[in-house]
Amino acid sequence: MFRNSYDNDSITYSPTGRLFQVEYALEAIKQGSASVGLVSKTHAVVVALKASGENIYICADLVVIRSAEELGSYQKKIIRIDDHLGIALAGLAPDARVLSNFMRQQAMSSRMIYNRPIPISRVVSAIGDKAQRNTQTYGRRPYGVGLLVAGFDETGPHLFEFQPSGTVLEYFGAAIGARSQSARTYLERNFDQFPEASLEDLVLHGLRALRDTLAQDKELLAQNTSIGIVGLDTKFTLYDNDDVRGWLEKLGNVGSTRGRRPPEEREPEATEDAPVTDAPPPEETDTVEPIETDA
Amino acid sequence: MDHMPENWGRPRSEIYGVYNSAIHNAGPATHTQQPSITGTSVIALKYNKGVMLAADNLASYGSLARFTDQERLIKVGKETVVGISGDVSDMQYIELLLERLIIEDNYEQDGHNLRAPHIYEYLSRVMYNRRSKVDPLWNAILVAGKKDDGSPFLAYVDLLGVTYTSPSIATGFGAYLAVPLLRKIASDDGDEKNITEEQARAAIDECMKVLFYRDARSLDKYSVATVTTDGEVTIEQNVRCKDMSWRFAEHIHGYGTQKM
Repeated sequence: MFRNSYDNDSITYSPTGRLFQVEYALEAIKQGSASVGLVSKTHAVVVALKASGENIYICADLVVIRSAEELGSYQKKIIRIDDHLGIALAGLAPDARVLSNFMRQQAMSSRMIYNRPIPISRVVSAIGDKAQRNTQTYGRRPYGVGLLVAGFDETGPHLFEFQPSGTVLEYFGAAIGARSQSARTYLERNFDQFPEASLEDLVLHGLRALRDTLAQDKELLAQNTSIGIVGLDTKFTLYDNDDVRGWLEKLGNVGSTRGRRPPEEREPEATEDAPVTDAPPPEETDTVEPIETDA
Repeated sequence: MDHMPENWGRPRSEIYGVYNSAIHNAGPATHTQQPSITGTSVIALKYNKGVMLAADNLASYGSLARFTDQERLIKVGKETVVGISGDVSDMQYIELLLERLIIEDNYEQDGHNLRAPHIYEYLSRVMYNRRSKVDPLWNAILVAGKKDDGSPFLAYVDLLGVTYTSPSIATGFGAYLAVPLLRKIASDDGDEKNITEEQARAAIDECMKVLFYRDARSLDKYSVATVTTDGEVTIEQNVRCKDMSWRFAEHIHGYGTQKM
């Protein structure tokens, strides 16, 4: 899969109709730590696991890794766009910064010209179109970040997933980043409860889904967990550090269940904690899905 | 102190020689426009179920009553009416802008549509930006519809970018003649709750009659638009002033001192 002659630039198709550069961009997202989003009838919530120095940089020395986690700061994963709108990211954070600044401009423009908060579907269409341009222009690379856009507009709360291909899809619950399949499994099992859930229950569902993405022996901590909440009477509010302690206490069990669950429930460990090195990665079990085309 | 701005910054003749008065007489550069074909007043008031507007069908060319079929009330989107007075070609340009705005807004079919407050904000930005380029759209505009909370919405914006909102508004001559009459029933916020559609229509018809009597650039044929808070827009055309009395004209000879 990684030795192709059709992957030199974004504008070349493979004989099977794939754009490899775009698919490689999707791989970049899987290297970032997880973000989870979910929606009820009244609120939209995003929760994210913040990576520390150990996961951000290439590091082969395990001794050094342990202290980097304690010394370093944690990557900001949730960004407020406007009073009614925020995003959670996974992947190349600088690309997320560029996209979030663009979204802020769009949101400001809507308030200035039309005196209305920008509808969520419109702002995600705008970044979707922006991302698509980079998949069809020579010399440009696709954005290397996936976003979960949580917002509230006239038609209620919304959660959209944005991908570097330009695909934008609305979800009841979504998860992106490393080991996100575990979170998705939790969401699939529980999403019936989301529409009528109270805000507290919704956040706890999100945290449980996020907990399932933890690597072995890791925990959800105040320093590495971020929560973003928006609703009808709730402006987009970001909870970090001390502000998430209350939620984590309500959650109770904050530790990873990896390695302790019965084998049939455990997801394959292939992608966990693999540092980015020059050696070819272990056999991938997440199949790389081809980009959706009109069949 | 010299209070004449023309003399400020002027070099002293004793030191620099006699001042070249061509500089003094030059004056600032002026780009003031003038409108050519114009429409007169647009009047409007809020009532208990929405907003009612009226504008006559005359497009004047100075003192010539050139076109008597000009519609100046425009339906925009599903639930908004815009009434425009002033230069007619600028009015047609604004109509074009609004049409394009609605077309683009409808691309997505996503359940989000521009309503009166949004169209008003957009027009205010356009008008103020044109004024700031010293190239105004020579119009005064009324935007009517409903607010996000469901209550009636009525607001004004003009060629200077001036904006205000009130239960009753009129442009042009209507500001002097119609507003006092409209304010007899709709003067403060909240008055509209007590005004029925019939009362509103009676006030509108009375104002259009007074304007035809006194505004020398008006017509007795006009259109009345109603925008309800249920989202219904109706524009009634070819309404005529009724029960007028022109008997005072029998006694008038000439223009001033003529006796016969």
